[in-house]
Amino acid sequence: MIVNEQVSIDHGLKKDEYAKICELLKRTPNITELGIFSAMWNEHCSYKSSRLHLKTLPTKGKQVIQGPGENAGVVDIGDNDAIVFKIESHNHPSFIEPYQGAATGVGGIMRDVFTMGARPIANLNSIHFGSPQHKKTKNLLRGVVHGIGGYGNCMGVPTIAGQTNFDSSYNGNILVNAMTLGLVKKDKIFYSKATGLGKPVIYVGSKTGRDGIHGASMASASFDEKIEEKKPTVQVGDPFTDYYLKLA
Amino acid sequence: MKSSVITFPGSNCDRDMDVALKKFGFKNKMVWHDDIELPKSDLVVLPGGFSYGDYLRCGSMASKSKIMKSVINFANSGGMVMGICNGFQILVETGLVPGVLLRNKYLEFICKNVFVKINDKKNIYFKNIDNEVLEFHIAHNEGNYFCTKDQLKEIEDNEQVAINYCDKDGKTEEQFNPNGSIKNIAGIFNKEKNVLGMMPHPERMIDPSLSGEDGSLFFNNLINNLK
Repeated sequence: MIVNEQVSIDHGLKKDEYAKICELLKRTPNITELGIFSAMWNEHCSYKSSRLHLKTLPTKGKQVIQGPGENAGVVDIGDNDAIVFKIESHNHPSFIEPYQGAATGVGGIMRDVFTMGARPIANLNSIHFGSPQHKKTKNLLRGVVHGIGGYGNCMGVPTIAGQTNFDSSYNGNILVNAMTLGLVKKDKIFYSKATGLGKPVIYVGSKTGRDGIHGASMASASFDEKIEEKKPTVQVGDPFTDYYLKLA
Repeated sequence: MKSSVITFPGSNCDRDMDVALKKFGFKNKMVWHDDIELPKSDLVVLPGGFSYGDYLRCGSMASKSKIMKSVINFANSGGMVMGICNGFQILVETGLVPGVLLRNKYLEFICKNVFVKINDKKNIYFKNIDNEVLEFHIAHNEGNYFCTKDQLKEIEDNEQVAINYCDKDGKTEEQFNPNGSIKNIAGIFNKEKNVLGMMPHPERMIDPSLSGEDGSLFFNNLINNLK
């Protein structure tokens, strides 16, 4: 497939971003490379527009073991124990496919917590829906609640608290925020950064399918009337495999 | 007293059950689903969770796993086998207890405390227990017990119903039925009453500061009955 500016725009990249890619590579990217840039440079993964605001939040303190920059944050709670926590939104996928969208939101943060060496012990959520009278609300609410509960239950992690709001301003764009807390011994925290030449790289996780491709780019774009066509960009969760990663 | 908890791939209440059994004096061993031999046990527990991801049908694949041959033999020779939640689903799939567990009536996953009425005390699990009603916890999507009319008659004639969903005073009316189970059935025995399958989790009710202590009553009574 030939890569040009239009293809890159279809991948959710901006014109100037495409120019930057060509400049960095000193050539036109191939379709695989473009896919990688599309996945890494979207708002969902890179926080390119929100990082300005995120930077104003407090991230340092005596008890903070790990601030931004890793899979999840870590806070010292004394007695050699630390709490690992992560919160993430899964708004767009949950609007398109509420069950899987919400389920993989929960799955994603549990993954981020247990990859820090912690055992997830509790889930929380903050979910915001449109007016109860709106035609989509009932179905969305049902799917999201099922997704959060179902995935958490499979993983053996209880959902202990949450917040639910209904307001017509969310009619066309619901908010689904999920949070996981994990417990870890301070000396058992595991970081994602690894260095060294010639070391093997092993990739583990659920099977890769045709679902979920360009999911992060979709999640970063604005909604239009064709959004229903984006259903295949929502990943289908596999809590069974995730459970085994948690134990590993 | 020796107990064994079987861990299937996807079991996630096995550790809780281990904690509960040990707290009340059992010498418990965790047994992997791929083992062939069952350790010498006075009680075998099939714990809750999502054995094999529950991907084909709840409990279906687990019922065919290697260790289950030994568990079935153990049960058929009079050994005590208790299945909780997914363990109950596995028991119905093996045919050790009659009936099936359907999707909950309102198609919702249910997670809450419930009251159950002890229907029968002429068995090793519930005899000598003072209470008529216990508060346990349920968390399931497929706990809607169902069987044919003929099976139901046989179950009732043999007094195989172990516990029924009820209110705190022991009233077993339809409104206290969380999942649509036929006759509010929450747990049943096999004919010989050495095999018990139930949806509620007694192992989640053993800590006064976290939950309640009706599970403690159950396990205390159970180990005393076995001694």
